[in-house]
Amino acid sequence: MINELLFMNGYGAYVLSAFSFTLLSFGALYLVTKIQYVKEQNKFVAKFGSLNTEKAKLAKSQRINKEILANVTNN
Amino acid sequence: MFKLFQPNKIFQITSKAPKYVLFLFVVVLSIGLTEALILSPEDYKQSDAVRIMYVHVPAAWISLGIFSSITFLSTIGYIFKIRNFFLISKSLAPSGFVFNIIALVTGSIWGKPTWGTWWAWDARITSMLILALFYAMYLISWRIYEKEEKIFKISTIVTILGIINIPIIKYSVDWWNTLHQPASINILSKSSIHSSMLFPLLIMTAAFALFSLLIFLMKYNTELIKVKNKGLDRL
Repeated sequence: MINELLFMNGYGAYVLSAFSFTLLSFGALYLVTKIQYVKEQNKFVAKFGSLNTEKAKLAKSQRINKEILANVTNN
Repeated sequence: MFKLFQPNKIFQITSKAPKYVLFLFVVVLSIGLTEALILSPEDYKQSDAVRIMYVHVPAAWISLGIFSSITFLSTIGYIFKIRNFFLISKSLAPSGFVFNIIALVTGSIWGKPTWGTWWAWDARITSMLILALFYAMYLISWRIYEKEEKIFKISTIVTILGIINIPIIKYSVDWWNTLHQPASINILSKSSIHSSMLFPLLIMTAAFALFSLLIFLMKYNTELIKVKNKGLDRL
């Protein structure tokens, strides 16, 4: 059964390499996107941490900044 | 209406959505792979080589769809000066480009057992390669220019020039004698594909669409955080 599934009437190498290439491309794109996302989040946290109390308060008044910080703690 | 597209409002949704989309993608992809590799029948002519269709066709469809969306958003964004439309376009482009490459590579792998060659300068294949070049130009335009105004202008021009290629891709198999077969699925008339093959194809298309949505959401969130990082610098 497994041999039949892998052999695919002689087309196994073509079919499986096409599917493997697709899934590997998905994996690579997901990984690269995730790394960029985490990197940018960390940069945001570092910049936020370096703000003085007044500026931090001002920055926190923006809803989106609060959301970004909340997401970092959730991850 | 455009207020609905304000980053503050969108981020509330896009920051929470990826984990749910990822879960849904894994479920739909598992069903799609089982259907495509095990349950769907082999073709009477192409035998099991036909299974490559389940990755090749959805990848081609989605890459064409994404490029059309990018063109629409960039053009509207440029006319009405909506910066957020450019961020959405930029976030869509990487998955569109990867799907285009997948369509080219899997098409090449499919070509060997069916046509006896990995590559032919046939109208459909060549026009898909040209689309990949337009995707590359679009992505490069975001990297080489620094001024936002210039990026918006150049990237919009690239998409408008690239969109001319979309009907050429679609109708190339009808206009010229090509190795590539004509479309088997028609929205307006009866499709020539059997339902036992159409079902896995649609499931795989749904899985691929979910994956591009997942990448879009992650990339869009990254772009919004980048904007906010610049905002913190200005404080």
